[in-house]
Parts: sequence; structure tokens; C-alpha cells
Amino acid sequence: MNRWELLKNSYNKLHSYLKRYSIFHVKYVDGSPRETRTQELVRRFRYNKSAVFGLILILVLVFMAVFADFIAPNDPNPSPPELQNSLQPGFWDENGAEGKPLGTDMLGRCVLSRIIYGSRISLSVGFVAVGIATALGVTIGVLAGYFGRWVDSILMRGVDIIFSFPALLLAIVIVATIGQGLDKAMIAIGIVYSPQMARIMRGSVLYIKEMEYIEAQKAIGSNNIRIIFRHVLPNSLSPVIVYGTLLMASAILDAAALGFLGLGAQPPTPEWGAMLSESRFYIVSGAWWAATFPGIAIIFAVLGLNLLGDGLRDILDPRLKS
Amino acid sequence: MIWYISKRLLQLIPVILGVTIIAFSLIHIAPGDPARTMLGQHATEKELNEIREKYGLDEPIYVQYGLWLSDVLRGDFGRSIITREEVLDEISSRFPNTIELTIMSMLFATIVGGLAGIISASKQYSVTDYTVMGVALFGISMPVFWLGIMLMLVFGVILGWLPIGGRIDLFIPYTRVTGFMIIDSIITFNLPAFISSIRHLILPSIALGTIPMAMIARVTRSSMLEVLRQDFIRTERAKGLSERAVIYKHAVRNAMVPVVTVIGLNFGLLLSGAILTETIFSWPGLGRLVVEAVYERDYPLVVGCILIFSIVFVIVNLITDILYTYIDPRIKYE
Amino acid sequence: MKKIILPFLCLILIISHMTGCVEEEQVQEKVLIFGMAGDADKLDPADVTDGESISRMDNIFEGLVEYVPGGTEIQPALATSWDISDDGLNITFDLRENVKFHDGTDFNADAVVFSFERQYNTTHPHHDYGEWAYWGYMFSDIASVEKINDYKVIIHLKKPNAAMMTSLAMFTVAIVSPTNAEKWGEDAFKYPVGTGPFEFVEWVKDDHITLEKYDDYWRETAKLDKLIFKVIEDPSSRLLAIQAGEIHGMEYPDPTSFDIIENDDDLQLLSQAGMNVGYLAMNTGYGYYDENENGVRDTDEAWVETPGYFEPLTNVLVRKAINHAINKTAIVESLYKGTAIAAKNGMPPFMLGYNDAVEDFEYDPDYAMELLDEAGYPNGFNTTLWVMPVSRPYMFDPPKIAEAIQSYLADVGITVELYQIDWSTYLEETENGEHPMCLLGWTGDNGDPDNFMNVLYGANSASIGTAGNVAFYNNSEVQEKFTEALQTYDTDDRATLYEEAQVLIHEDAPFVYLAHATQNIVFVKNVKGYTLNPTERKFFYQVDLE
Repeated sequence: MNRWELLKNSYNKLHSYLKRYSIFHVKYVDGSPRETRTQELVRRFRYNKSAVFGLILILVLVFMAVFADFIAPNDPNPSPPELQNSLQPGFWDENGAEGKPLGTDMLGRCVLSRIIYGSRISLSVGFVAVGIATALGVTIGVLAGYFGRWVDSILMRGVDIIFSFPALLLAIVIVATIGQGLDKAMIAIGIVYSPQMARIMRGSVLYIKEMEYIEAQKAIGSNNIRIIFRHVLPNSLSPVIVYGTLLMASAILDAAALGFLGLGAQPPTPEWGAMLSESRFYIVSGAWWAATFPGIAIIFAVLGLNLLGDGLRDILDPRLKS
Repeated sequence: MIWYISKRLLQLIPVILGVTIIAFSLIHIAPGDPARTMLGQHATEKELNEIREKYGLDEPIYVQYGLWLSDVLRGDFGRSIITREEVLDEISSRFPNTIELTIMSMLFATIVGGLAGIISASKQYSVTDYTVMGVALFGISMPVFWLGIMLMLVFGVILGWLPIGGRIDLFIPYTRVTGFMIIDSIITFNLPAFISSIRHLILPSIALGTIPMAMIARVTRSSMLEVLRQDFIRTERAKGLSERAVIYKHAVRNAMVPVVTVIGLNFGLLLSGAILTETIFSWPGLGRLVVEAVYERDYPLVVGCILIFSIVFVIVNLITDILYTYIDPRIKYE
Repeated sequence: MKKIILPFLCLILIISHMTGCVEEEQVQEKVLIFGMAGDADKLDPADVTDGESISRMDNIFEGLVEYVPGGTEIQPALATSWDISDDGLNITFDLRENVKFHDGTDFNADAVVFSFERQYNTTHPHHDYGEWAYWGYMFSDIASVEKINDYKVIIHLKKPNAAMMTSLAMFTVAIVSPTNAEKWGEDAFKYPVGTGPFEFVEWVKDDHITLEKYDDYWRETAKLDKLIFKVIEDPSSRLLAIQAGEIHGMEYPDPTSFDIIENDDDLQLLSQAGMNVGYLAMNTGYGYYDENENGVRDTDEAWVETPGYFEPLTNVLVRKAINHAINKTAIVESLYKGTAIAAKNGMPPFMLGYNDAVEDFEYDPDYAMELLDEAGYPNGFNTTLWVMPVSRPYMFDPPKIAEAIQSYLADVGITVELYQIDWSTYLEETENGEHPMCLLGWTGDNGDPDNFMNVLYGANSASIGTAGNVAFYNNSEVQEKFTEALQTYDTDDRATLYEEAQVLIHEDAPFVYLAHATQNIVFVKNVKGYTLNPTERKFFYQVDLE
């Protein structure tokens, strides 16, 4: 075979391989579509416009975080600092700084570059905090839901106590005790959100407990741990994913709040909340850009996560809406 | 009903106790000598020994907790390290300001959010619907502090219509009766104070209330949609009632149930948000106090603030739960 | 529903504008509201070191002498005349009669003795109520204050002190009412009673302090009826407040807003070269404990390591490297926005004894790295920089300057972490020597070079717990020059000694001198009669509101 045919051959092989395993490509049997569960979810997702939009926003964010080195026009923390560029406007002003489309902050650093690198921070805070919350929350929730009675009572009282503190206040207090810094802020936020995860998990466990096949498993004599890991956890996955996404949105907001109060990220870290607080006093003097754009970045990140979470909730488990 | 309330009150007690335990432990987790933590760096040996005796700092920890708790129950929260004033005094002078802000924000959120949700639901899938829901989505994604700054920028700096800081204009004489400026100015027939305090309240309330407003709008809408689908609405329509009456007289009342829960949940958000809003708008309230206290390591003050915040929060939740049962007697709590 | 909302909103906006009219009716009483960046720490003039407290008290209290408006020459105040003995060890004061404190009691020699004695006499019943830090800085040469009769006192000095007369115009030795101090005991710092043109009305912590005209003032009464110091920490809020007419004056305008202020016809910006210095202090490692509280390091008080001891900074090459790594000109231009001049010495250029011949360290990061290499730190090192959270006269925005420094030092391999804490704790910790490096500065109190040099750079001032010398710089040769200069009355001799000292300091490089900032105050157009004082103290006695 000549080269052309070789190419066509490989292309066909690839295509049929993709067709067999692709989540997008639906097989038709006798003229009607038979889709796998995954394919069904993907289809529902695609039709949910807001979820798709949210996903796009998040992908942009992830892209920014991963490829920051390539897409940022400038160094977010030039050393030595280029103080002579202090507080210059961006593309909208004819005197705007060259190569710094969104202007510069007081220390002459490019706002756009800092926002791009800041996405790394916000995403990692979101992940880690929600990760901690999930780990803690799932443990507590499963224990409470599965074993019930007094275990449930005690654990839920504990959860209630943590719930009785307003979220940010608790985070502030935890940071006050364990110290400032981005890592401590992540831990604090993780702890603050674990009650929510715990409750979700518990609810999910309770629901599944009712299901017959759990009774059946118990009847057969499978031990508890096995039941938990093989049946309870996988089925509780959907609410965890949904709420994990939504909580990540809140986590980013809270991390920005802590950064704003000076309790989270420390200078010169380009965290969005900290950037806001650093530059808010220059608004009066006319330099509005250094404080406005980081806030917009926060909005888009949080919006994306909220949309995605809502969308996921719609498709995975409409029951969760109440 | 009374039975339910008393049960819930009883359930409250272990939670509040838990809160006090956490608050108490802060003083002991903090690095250093607990006596110094309570009195600050400037304390003399004499004062330190007094505190050590008073709280039995050599005794086992549960004894210390008991002694501390008995003081707290009597209203003695200790003294602020920085100002040397009683913690309770510091808190009570600022507490009404935060409550006023929170209530105003809640009013704003409920009225505007509720209306938006209702209108949106009644015009489902229209342009209005999408716009309102779009704005609401932005609303819940917005950081409170950014919104506050933007409002300050637009209304304070660019337009110059509204003041950007403080509680009231400085040279307006004001007599304090309850501590709630609006009530006080009404009681003392003090029009300039009244107007000034309202003006200063507008921007912070909008900033603080936007997120709850967005949430309320969304929940109201979905709740209304569910109710509107129901049979009894069809009956009303069949009777010939105008669409308006259907919506406002019947649907709304039934839709309010989940909204009330959301309001209660949002209160916690409001308290958290108050911390940020008060910082931006230089509002002399509890939120700003607690941030400053944390910053200055003023532990007695921090502990006092936490206790008050949590107790208020827990009580509001309780009230919300009770209201919930009241509005919807179909729900029976075991 | 919609029909109600719109008119309601309009109503609110209309009412908002109406309040403008209401406010103007208050003019019958002359109330001047001055916006401050922070609240006072205490209201006892002898026990404070910070400008916020001092500003309030300069209108409540007076001393034996006072500064002429706008300068640092002295004129009689509560003392009508004085006589310095030939050996310079005794100063006799004739006190003014018929002066009353705000609480109605008489001003007399007892009050003078009380005000001084509680600071130096460790057995005085009120001695434990305060720290009297300034006494150690400036007044430790006073042996005792003796009452001769009700209106005559003698101040006995341990050794001659050329700066003593100007120092007596300082707030530390303002005269307080003994009756009041006794009445309140340790809480007296909250209830100030003095002889000044304004009397204290109330202090709402973190909000405002109200002063009222004192009708029985011994001079013509003040023109203002009320003087209110309002705390507005946020510089943007301060600016907007003054633009809106809510306050009539403010301190610490943000340098980035100067354009706006100058273009605003309703505002006036008063500026003056500042008598201050802002610096980065590097802890050279050793301090001493002043056990007998005499302000001097006695031979039995040994040098010990300070809590913030950090080995690299004990090496002069490292300190010089840091000096070369920081671009002061850029900082002054971009961060101070031209409201300061770069500093190369520890006191401002117009002071007696300023050594202009000293050549500043040039900004040269490559050379800095060479020095670090030579010192044995080719890869740099990690350390922490203490940063103040509040505006100071010599540094408007310390956190920003700290970040810039952090960035400059990162360029030469030194990784710096920033440490920020509230102002009063900051002062405590730096006075304790807990920092490896810190930002700080000083505003002159009496116009005398000793007030800068001895307090900030003398070895005696490296006392752990009350240090004025936060680099804990302990060069005994330098200290000798200072001590000698203080005892000499000949200005040329003094100038030479200080100039020599500055050369030595420059060689040892314990500090990175950053800038001397201008003093700036903003008032609305109808405030007249305010004179800036080089000490940055704020006197409202002559001020009028039109």
C-alpha cells in the first residue's frame, strides 16, 4: 500500500476505535439510540447551556493556571521591581503602559500577569480546601450515617457546633490560632467547610442505607467496611461532586476574603483578594484598575464554578435541588 | 408547638456549650502563658497572679472552664487587653451597629430578591427571567468586598452622591438611647441624624445584601415555579381570578416556605459578610471589632465576639426553624 | 410594585442632597474636625512616643517653655523666665502665676515637681503607672527637680546638656494636674487635665476625641469652640471626607492623591520639609539590659545577644551589600511620589552637624552580590523584615516599601519574609530587639541633632526593652562623640563631632537610610492660622474657622 492508503487505514482504525469507546458517539441499534450511562450524562450536560458555559470558564482558568508562564505578558514579580512604572493605566488610556494591557499596580507590576498567575493560587486553594473538607466531611458523614444512633448524634452535634459559627469568622479565628499564610488559610477553610460535606454525605448514606441491596449485602454477611467502600461511597459520589464544585466556588471567595484581610496569602504572592486590598486606596486618586480587575477575575472563577456545579446538579441528581 | 420549641431550645444548650468550649480553648491554644494571653503584655505580676487565682490556672482544665464559664454567665467577659475596657462594654457599644446593618441588608435582600424571584417566575423563560437570573448568578459569585469597593467608587467618588464611610456625619448631634441609630433618631425627633444615618446605611446594605438577594431571588423563583405548577393554582385560575391575584395572593404564600429557610441560612453569610463590609466602609460594628481584635491578639475580646456572634447565629437559626414549622404545618418534626 | 419603587428611590436621593443644606446651619459654634489616621495610645503626655497621642495632647497640655509657631526656638510658656547657672548644672525657673488647670486647681511648683518626679523617681507612687520611655531618651541627665517656693523651681542636671532648654518644650515634660492624677490613679491616662487652650471632653476609643475651648486659659482664649480629632484610618475615606466637607482638615494625605488635592479649589495643601528620617534598621546583634534605668550602659550591664540576633547581619559586608541592593531613588520617586528626598545620613540636611560630604551607597546589585560572596553568603540567605502597619510621617505606606525592598533583596539572593503586627506591639517588639530587620524612623522632637543621633544611634540607646536604637548599633567611639557633643555649648564643636560620627556610622552601615519625607496637611479653604511645625506636632490654638 502506498502512503496515502496507509494513512487512510490508520485513520479508519482510529475512528472505529473511538466510535467503540467514545462517550460522544452513540450507537444506534435498530434505529434507536442506545447509550451508556456516561453517554447519557454527557449528552445532558451538553444541552445544559449554563453548565457548558461554566465548564468553559473553568477550562479557561485551568488553562491560565497551567500555561501561565507562556501567556502572561510580563513577570508578575519582577526583581528588582520596576518602580518607575507605578500606577500606570492600561490599553484604554493613550498614556497607558506599554506591554501592560491592564495597567500596573503601585509597585509597577503588570496587573494582567498577576491575575494570570493568581489563577494558580486560587485554583490550588480551591482544590486543597475542598479536598480537606471532603476528606473530613466524608469520614464524619459516612460514620454518622452508616452507624447511626449515638454515633450519629454525637457527630452531628459536633457538626452543628461548627455550623454555629459564621464561616468567615471561624476561618479568621482558626488562622489567628494557627498563623497566617496561604497554606494555613487552606486548612482553615477546609475545616470550616467540612460540616457541609459531612451533612451531604450523611444524607446520601442514609438514603442509600434504605436501599434493598444493602440489606441484602448485610444478609449475606459482608462486613461493614466492605459495604461502605464498595457500595455506599460510589453511590454517594454524585452529591459530593456537585457540592464539591459549589464549595470550591465559596472556598475561592473565602480565600480572597482572607487575603483581603491580610490573613491569607502574604506578599508578594499575586492572590486576587490580596491584590484588591493592596490597591483599593488608589481608587480615590483615579487609579481604579489595580483593584477592579482582580475582582472581575474572582467573579468569573466563582461564576464558572457555580454554573458548573448547578449544571452538574441538574444532570446528576435533580433530587438535590430541594 | 410549644413542645417543639422547648425541645429545640434544649437541643440548643449542648451546641452553645460546645461553642463556649471552643472559645475557651482559644485562650489556651494560643502560644504563651494563658494569664498573659488574657491580660496582655503590659500586665503586672500582681495582675497576673490575681487572674491566676481567679481562674485557678493551676487547677485541672475542667475546673478552669467552669470558673470561666460562671464569669461569662454573669456577664464578665474580662477586659480588652488594648483598651482596658470591659469586653462586654466594647461589644455592646458596637453590637447595635452591626445589627442595624444586618437587618437593613436583610430587608434589601428579601424585598428586592423576593420581588425579582416572583416576577421572574411569573414570566418564566422570558427576557426578564433570563436577565434577572443572570444578574442573580453574578450576584452570588461576587466577592462582598469587591462590590463594596465598586459601589464606593461609583457612588462615592465618581458621582459623589453617598458617603463612603462611618455611621453618621460627624457634626450632627446625636443622643444615644438604644444604640440603634435609626430608632434613636426617630425617638428623639432628630431629623438630620435620621437622614444622615440612612444615607450612610445605603451603600453598605447594598454591598452586604447583594449575595443574599441573589440567592433569595433564585430560591423564590424555583419555589414559585413549583407552586405555580400545582393543582390548586389551576383551580384558582379556573375560577376566573386574575393572574395577578393568583400570583400574589395564593402562590406567594405557599412559595415562602423554602425562602424562609434560605433567609435563615443567609444570616450566617450576612454575619460573615458584615466583617468585610464593615472594614471597607469604616462601619463601627462588631465585625470590624473582631478583625482588629484578632490582628492585635486581644484574646479576651476575640473570645467575647465569637461567643456573641455564634449565639446570635444560633438563635436566628432557631427562630427560622420555628417560623418554618409555623408557616408550613404540614411538616412535623419528630 | 414597580410604581412605588422608582419614586421611593428618587425620594431617597432628594433627601440625600437636602442634608447638605442642613449641615451648614451648624456654623454658629466653631467646630473644627480634624481627621487622624489613628487613635491615640494614651493621653498622658509623658508616657507616649507616638505622633497620634502627641497631637491630641499638644492642645491640652503645656510645658515650662514652648516652641515659637513654626520653629524650634523656644519662648516662655508656664515659666516666665529662667536662669542657667555658670556650670550648666542648675536651671532656675520662675513660674507663671494665676494659671489654673482645667479642673480648677492651681498651677504651681508642686505640679511641676510632680510631673517630672513621677518619671525619674522609682519610688514615686505614680512611677509604676507608665513606662516613661522618653525620659530615658532625652531627660536622663536631670538629677532632680526642686521646689523653692510655690512659683520657683530648680532643675538639677547631672552634667551640662546643651539641648535641655529646647527639650523642655517637649510633651514629655508637659505639666499635668497632680490632683487629677491622684484622683484617677492608674487610669489617669484616660482623663487628661492640663493648662492648655483646650480641655478634654470625651474619648471614644477608635472613633474620636473631643476637646472644648478652655474659658479660663491664661492667654486669650482659643478661637475655636470645639476641636474634634476624628479617627479615619482609611486614607481614601479621609480624602473623601474632606472633599465632602465632613472634616475640615486631615493628616497623612496619600501621595498619589496630591494632584487631586492641588487641583481642588476647596482644599489647601500645606507642605514643609520634614524633620524626620525613615530607615531600614538591621539588627547588628547585641543589646544590654538597663537594670538601673538610668539610660546609660554602665560597666556592669553586659552586652547580650538580642532575641532577633541573626548572624549574617552582624557582618558589615552584608549590611553594605543590602545598602547597595536597594534603589532609594526609585523608591523615593515612585513610592513616595516625590514627597521626600533620598536620605544618606541619619538626620535631615538642614540640621546642625549634617555631613554632606558622606557619599551614599550607590544602587549596584552586582556589587552587592560580590560583597555577599565575600562575606561568605554566595547564595544569599532567608530572613524576616518587620513592617509597620500604619502610616508614619517618614513613610506613608510601609507595606508597599517593604514589598519593594523584598523585591530588591530577592534580586541579590536574599529572601525576605514580611512580618506585620499591630502598631503598639510592633513598637514593643522592635524595642525589644526581636527583629532581624525592621522598618522604622523618627521625627525630631526639638530640632537638636542630639535628639536624632544620640537617641537613635548611640550605644546607650541599645537597651533591650526600651531601645531607641533598633539596629542595636554599639559603637562606643560614636557614643563618646555624642555624649561630648551634648555637653558642649559651642555649636561649631558640636557640629564637628556629629559630622565625624556620621562618617563612622556610614562605614558601619547598620541602617539603610531611605528618605526624609515632607510633612503634609490638608485643610479646607476656610481654615486659617495653622502653622506647620517641624516637629510635626499639631497646635490648634491660633487656628480659626471662617
